[in-house]
Amino acid sequence: MSTPSLSINANWLTRSRVGVAVLLVIAYGVIPFTGSEYLLDAILTPFLALALAAVGLNVLTGYAGQVSLGSAAFLAVGAYAAYNFNLRIPELPFLVSLVLAGIVAAAVGLVFGLPSLRLRGFYLAVSTLAAQFFVQWALTKFGWFSNDNPSGVIDAPTLTIGGVQISGAARRYVFSVTIVLIATFLTVRLLAAQSGRNFIAVRDHEIAAKVIGVPLLRTKLLAFGVSSFLIGVAGVLWAFAYLRTVEPAGFNLDRSFQILFIIIIGGLASIRGSFLGAAFIVVFPLLLSRVGAALLGNVFDSGVLEMSQRIVIGGLIVGLLIAEPRGLIALVDRLSARILPKLRRPAPQPISPQNYHSQKGVI
Amino acid sequence: MFDYQFFIEVLVGGLLSGVMYSLVAIGFVLIYKTSGVLNFAQGAMLLFAALTFVSLVERGVPFPLALLATLAVMVLLGITIERVILRPLVNQPPITLFMATLGLSYVIEGAAQLLWGAQVHGLDLGINDTPFNVAGVFISQFDLFAAAVAGAMVALFALFFRYTRTGLAFRAVADDQFAALAVGLRLPRVWAAVWTAAGIVAVVAGLLWGARLGVQFSLSLVVLKALPVLVLGGFDSIAGAIVGGLLIGAIEKLAEVYVGPFFGGGIEAWAAYVVALGFLLVRPSGLFGQKLVERA
Amino acid sequence: MNVFKPFRLAVLATAIAVGAMLPAKADEQFFPLQSYRVGPYAAGGTGFFGGFIDYLNLINIRDGGVNGVKLTWDEGETQYEVERGVEVYERLKNHPGVAAWNPLSVGIAYAMIDRITKDKVPLITINHGRTDSTDGRVFPYVFPLLLNPYSETSGIVNYIATREGGPDKLKGKKIVVLYHGSPYGKETIPIYKLLADKYGFDLEQIEVPHPGNEQQSQWLSIRRAKADYVVLRGWGVMNPVALKTAQKVGFPVDHIIGNVWSNSEEDVIPAGDAAKGYVAITTQASGAEYPVLQEVIKTVYGAGKGNLDDKKRIGSVYHNLGIVNGILNVEAIRIAQAKFGHRTLTGDEVRWGFEHLQLDPARVEALGAKDLFHSINVTWDNHEGDGRVTFQQWDGAKWKVVSDWIAPDWAFLRPIIEKSSAAYAAEHNIKIRTSDDTPVSQ
Repeated sequence: MSTPSLSINANWLTRSRVGVAVLLVIAYGVIPFTGSEYLLDAILTPFLALALAAVGLNVLTGYAGQVSLGSAAFLAVGAYAAYNFNLRIPELPFLVSLVLAGIVAAAVGLVFGLPSLRLRGFYLAVSTLAAQFFVQWALTKFGWFSNDNPSGVIDAPTLTIGGVQISGAARRYVFSVTIVLIATFLTVRLLAAQSGRNFIAVRDHEIAAKVIGVPLLRTKLLAFGVSSFLIGVAGVLWAFAYLRTVEPAGFNLDRSFQILFIIIIGGLASIRGSFLGAAFIVVFPLLLSRVGAALLGNVFDSGVLEMSQRIVIGGLIVGLLIAEPRGLIALVDRLSARILPKLRRPAPQPISPQNYHSQKGVI
Repeated sequence: MFDYQFFIEVLVGGLLSGVMYSLVAIGFVLIYKTSGVLNFAQGAMLLFAALTFVSLVERGVPFPLALLATLAVMVLLGITIERVILRPLVNQPPITLFMATLGLSYVIEGAAQLLWGAQVHGLDLGINDTPFNVAGVFISQFDLFAAAVAGAMVALFALFFRYTRTGLAFRAVADDQFAALAVGLRLPRVWAAVWTAAGIVAVVAGLLWGARLGVQFSLSLVVLKALPVLVLGGFDSIAGAIVGGLLIGAIEKLAEVYVGPFFGGGIEAWAAYVVALGFLLVRPSGLFGQKLVERA
Repeated sequence: MNVFKPFRLAVLATAIAVGAMLPAKADEQFFPLQSYRVGPYAAGGTGFFGGFIDYLNLINIRDGGVNGVKLTWDEGETQYEVERGVEVYERLKNHPGVAAWNPLSVGIAYAMIDRITKDKVPLITINHGRTDSTDGRVFPYVFPLLLNPYSETSGIVNYIATREGGPDKLKGKKIVVLYHGSPYGKETIPIYKLLADKYGFDLEQIEVPHPGNEQQSQWLSIRRAKADYVVLRGWGVMNPVALKTAQKVGFPVDHIIGNVWSNSEEDVIPAGDAAKGYVAITTQASGAEYPVLQEVIKTVYGAGKGNLDDKKRIGSVYHNLGIVNGILNVEAIRIAQAKFGHRTLTGDEVRWGFEHLQLDPARVEALGAKDLFHSINVTWDNHEGDGRVTFQQWDGAKWKVVSDWIAPDWAFLRPIIEKSSAAYAAEHNIKIRTSDDTPVSQ
């Protein structure tokens, strides 16, 4: 991938206080009350879960440059771990189970991340596939994970947090928004700190990074750990807030590819890009089917629709990699910079020894 | 008493299965060797080739004509891919190209099914699969046929690389791109030829796998079996693809039968990958591979 | 979240508002369809949903609807993926006049159980679904019509018994179950064990990892174990590969008994010669000679409204399953209308109809489906309806029925089902119904 370098992003929506306040008001004050159940349940909640997973994968692949094709495995680990903690230790408050599930996912991530110490590029990608297949197999094989349900499917129980039942589309949406916002905020802080700069150094030029003293082992493992933690938490959201039933088949290779596509489409090494990419992936199929049905009517049967969607997404990936490797978010930024000139951000500067310690993280 | 007969049966079956994996892996090797791209879309190309062939045959086109038409289509596809996707990405790191082929695989899969439909087709190559009985060990006729085809293909490629201009050009580019340029070889032409060759391999592999499994969507998943083969054999060696395929096929089947019961079965899905992973940690460039693996 | 998100939301909101503004036409009953016409299981989906839509069209064209109430439907492609099924559900559930949900997918059905119970609309999972949803006392809104996975197992074992000359002859025989490595495949593991204990046959259950492209080692093990019968509990590509691999290792194909999801033309055609002689269970015979099929061809395809692109597939196993499913859904509505009036019914009223869906062989014949399927007898506490099964053998070109209508061992299975449903009720705090007393909300 062409190396998206650090850029100070003065996007008013995410940086300024007013921008953040507006976001929070919309997220908490407007949408839960005005959003239809369909919007909340079938669009926003999966969007939030996928966006968090994308943020996680972005930390690993976009910022730290370690390619992973097995992210769906960590979604599954998070979901099943939370289910089991919740089931077997009922005294634990759910939020604790959530965090523990993330930690379990992080632990698994560390194990499968160890090869990254010796491998790079698509050799590493191939080894992450091992994680994907092994986890999927283990969850189907060992009935313990799904409480010996003969079909291996888990029904997520209704969440209760501090005595309040999280049932109903609006409450589940608010729960997801809160978790995602907290997790994203913490991730941004991490990326803005030394660790974030270490990630980028390792991604851009591993040997140079080693030379200037970046601890490779710790950095890579931290990337894997943080990434898997976030993806694990996203898996909990996916299972408990969105689908409320999970089977291992939903965490297959296609799902891993989907998350990878999200970060490529949205923009590697861009948190806002992860959200944009996730929104795109969730909304695009629905829009396409509406538009297609409207324009072409019955000729456009669902089969045709599906295949067209596949072609468009694949084409978009290729097109973006050729024309705008920094993803849709870069296009959005360019557009908004043209429309709103006073918000133009300073030109991105690549890392150099002079500015290594002064560059801030990128949102 | 260890059941030797059964063991031989599983082993032979595994080796022959492995040959089928090698067929797919060879397509990867061709492209990787000459352009450094790991073509994840090879499986989709396989599906496209098989679907095209089967759909033509079902519409009444005679076998040889359908075969030629399919080959022509794949040649065209190869040239198009090189021009439209690879040339613009020529200076990007390999991982970008890999992700581009991932996107490409989605495009090809979608296009194949859009064009030809999503139903399942049977593919009959005219081989009756009643097994040979050799000293109590059953060997499948079809698998032997596939092995023969693979052998013939490898032999043809060996001759091609040695005695034709294009073949020599392939080897030159594979060896040293800059030197090849210096000598006057037109790289884009060579790459177009390489993708075409991979397309031809896709036709052969597609027909054989299609006959084995039936021609439908999951055909493109065979690519997931080829990756461990490549890891074992080296990404850039055809001999490695063969040996790697044989090894993976044998290990997979033997593992499923002898190790599987301890886990409750079903370990085939990841056995190959775990073996590959182990190999990567110990000998990253594979048994026959030459390129240096990027390591810390 | 970026500047464009509100715009996108606005566009979406408009689209949804427009879509939902469809006026609630009087006298229409709506069937939302979570169909799958592409993806690995497209063959089954196109057949089943094609047959279902064909039957709905037949009722509309020939009869003008059910007592004047026209049947409408809308399809949402799911590609057999659970979250797409959920999305289609959320999108279509507020459409006026929803009669019932018919997903034909175990994963999607599981995800919907809570939702439809809350929204009070029946969920029909013909020939599949949660086995314990047969117990209508705990699952008032879920109907695994005709056959649940346990009944299917019992039916297969009973058939093997008839092949061997009686249930007592099963003792000592070796039966291998080759199952797909997925929740669907594993659902029947415990019941096969119980039946093996009951009848005294040797049982081995071997898993084929999804998607089932490679089965060499499994079939070699089967041959080595000298199995008498193999039950194929497959799905998608696993089926033809199983048949071909069986041929490769020399296992006789007529001793392979396929289950309800390994019984269609799409499963055997790709296997070519290797499938000749293969036997599979079915709840609906295949073929287009039944009166109702003939009517569909004449009336629906004749008017150019046939749903299948390939007319050769009329009368195929999945197509006929769709037709039978159509019959069951329409008859439930008819029965409910007899009680509640000839108008658009609510979900609860349709549920009442399903709980009184009793079609004896005479009624089945009157519907033009004699020998297509046997009968059904749904009650408030038995949502499966005691469907009978028959077995067909593939001769290379079509399926031929080779057995009588066999009854599964319902009495043996019921206590097991009740145990499982009681556990579900306890886990989810559901009050177990004691009589047909679930109020029908207006």
